[in-house]
Parts: sequence; C-alpha cells; structure tokens
Amino acid sequence: MKYITYLAVGIFFGIIMYKSEAASWFRIYEMFEFGSFHMYGIIGSALVLGIIGVQVIKRKGIKAFGNQEMQLKPKEKSIARYLIGGIIFGLGWALAGACPGPMYVLAGAGFYSILVVIAAALLGTFVYGLVRNKLPH
Amino acid sequence: MNWIYEPWPWYVAGPLIALTMFSLLFLGKQFGMSSNLRTMCSMGGAGKAADFFKFDWKKERWNLMVVVGAVIGGFLASNYMSNNTVAINPKVAQQLSQDYGIDSGGKAYLPPELFAKENLDDPFVLAILIFGGFMVGFGARYAGGCTSGHAISGLSNLQLPSLIAVIGFFIGGLIMVHLIYPLIFG
Repeated sequence: MKYITYLAVGIFFGIIMYKSEAASWFRIYEMFEFGSFHMYGIIGSALVLGIIGVQVIKRKGIKAFGNQEMQLKPKEKSIARYLIGGIIFGLGWALAGACPGPMYVLAGAGFYSILVVIAAALLGTFVYGLVRNKLPH
Repeated sequence: MNWIYEPWPWYVAGPLIALTMFSLLFLGKQFGMSSNLRTMCSMGGAGKAADFFKFDWKKERWNLMVVVGAVIGGFLASNYMSNNTVAINPKVAQQLSQDYGIDSGGKAYLPPELFAKENLDDPFVLAILIFGGFMVGFGARYAGGCTSGHAISGLSNLQLPSLIAVIGFFIGGLIMVHLIYPLIFG
C-alpha cells in the first residue's frame, strides 16, 4: 500500500517535469544560453519555498508521518568531489539535455532514444563504482 | 479545453517541485533521482564488481516506485496534456538553426535531430547520447547527487556542498554549450 503513495508522488513529479518543459532538451540549452528566465524561475521558486519550509520544519522540530525523523542530514564536507563531479554532471546534462529525473519521464513520453541515455547513465554510475577509490573525494 | 495542453509557467512548476520534495520528506524520505541508477546497478548484480554496490537495495524500492511513477507521468502528460512543442526564445531557436543545423527549435519537445529513433544508427548521434548519459551517471554519483538531490533538496537545507555541486553543474553546462558545442555541432 505504501508503494502506491510513492507511485503517486512519481506520477505527480513526472507530469510536472513534462508540463513545465524542464524535461525538454531545448529548455536546458536555452538555460545555458541565458535565453529565458523559465528554468531559473522553476529552480529559484522551488528553492525559495524549499528553504522556507525546511527552516520551519527544523525550528519547530516537525516530524515526518509516523513520528519518523525528517531526512535532513548534513552532507559530507568536501570540495573536490562536488566540484569535479558537478562539472562532469553539467557537461552531460547540457549534452544529453536530460538529468536523472526527466530521463524516465521522457521514456514514458515515448522518446525511445532516451533509453540509450539511461543505459549510458547506468554504465557511468557503474564505472564510478569501480574507480571511486582512485578519485579525489 | 485548450488550457489543458498549455505548458505550465515557472511559478506553477517551481512550487509543485517544492511540494514533491516536502511530500517525500513527510514520508520520511529524501528527494533524489540519481541514486536510483546506483540501486539499479546493485539489482543487476554490480555488488560482485565493486563494494559501492553492496548495499540493501530493497530499502530503496520506494524510490524505484517514484521512477515508475515518473514514467507513467511522462506518458500521461505527453499523450493527454501537451501539444509536445516547446516555445523557446525565438533568438535561441534561430541560433540553433544557423550555427548547428538544429531546425526544430519551437516546433518539437526534443530535437528529432538527436532523439528521432531513425537517427540512432548515425554514429555521431549515438555518441552524443552515450557520452551525455555516461557523464550524467558518472558525475551525479561522483558529486553525490543531481539536480533534485543537490539543487533542490541540498540547497533547500542550506548545504554548502550542494552549492559547490550546483556551481559545478553550471560550469560544466556552460563549458559544454559555449565551448564544446561549436566544436561538435559547428
């Protein structure tokens, strides 16, 4: 039964990604060309509400359903992994025009070539797992 | 009934993304899509090759359900709620056409030049999809998250590491579009 809830969240998220055009290669390209406020507005407005909401949750000590702790753990401190990993991700994001959420949305929308991107992303993840001990973190 | 096909403006989409994140937080989870790639590697037996994939992937099944939902959401939105065209800035569309021969700006959701099934046997197109996907998968795990995990979840929690990662995303994206695109598409 609990899985149905997550499925519903996923459907909701998929519709948002597609309808907002955040899953469009053109919107990603346009964002990196600074051609429109659209993507910045999406991320920025999500962020403003996100920051306010997380602050309220923390200050009031609000718990998740079932009295569970909120998953708001601080991230491990480092610069190298976030900067280098981030740059590699950004190169791929701008080339394929899709990040790991919209990929699945596009598969559902019937763009079957995106399956190549998903397979390559799985391979990239796998190779990272193989070589991660040799990389600066 | 035409309104249902209209794209959603940023001020509708952004708050709904925040709502997605808070829904998952209240369910005791964290919003992050790229960790599913690691989970899928583990399901496929990658734990035999690297310790990084030796973890109890069954605990991540909830996130795989989000993925299944995202696929369904994409199907519903593209078939019943969209004209499947993206009205980008006409100047950007014109530049794509003039400089790179991508003529579909403003007329399609994804450029058929790169994403039409028929073009999959073009080694150039295939290489772009593979390199792009590979870097997304490798980089997301190296950076410990992607657009959802860092740019939305992490920054909402005022995490400096997420800010560094997001700056990295933009450095990478700007290098790709402004320095590498002219080399590969020009």
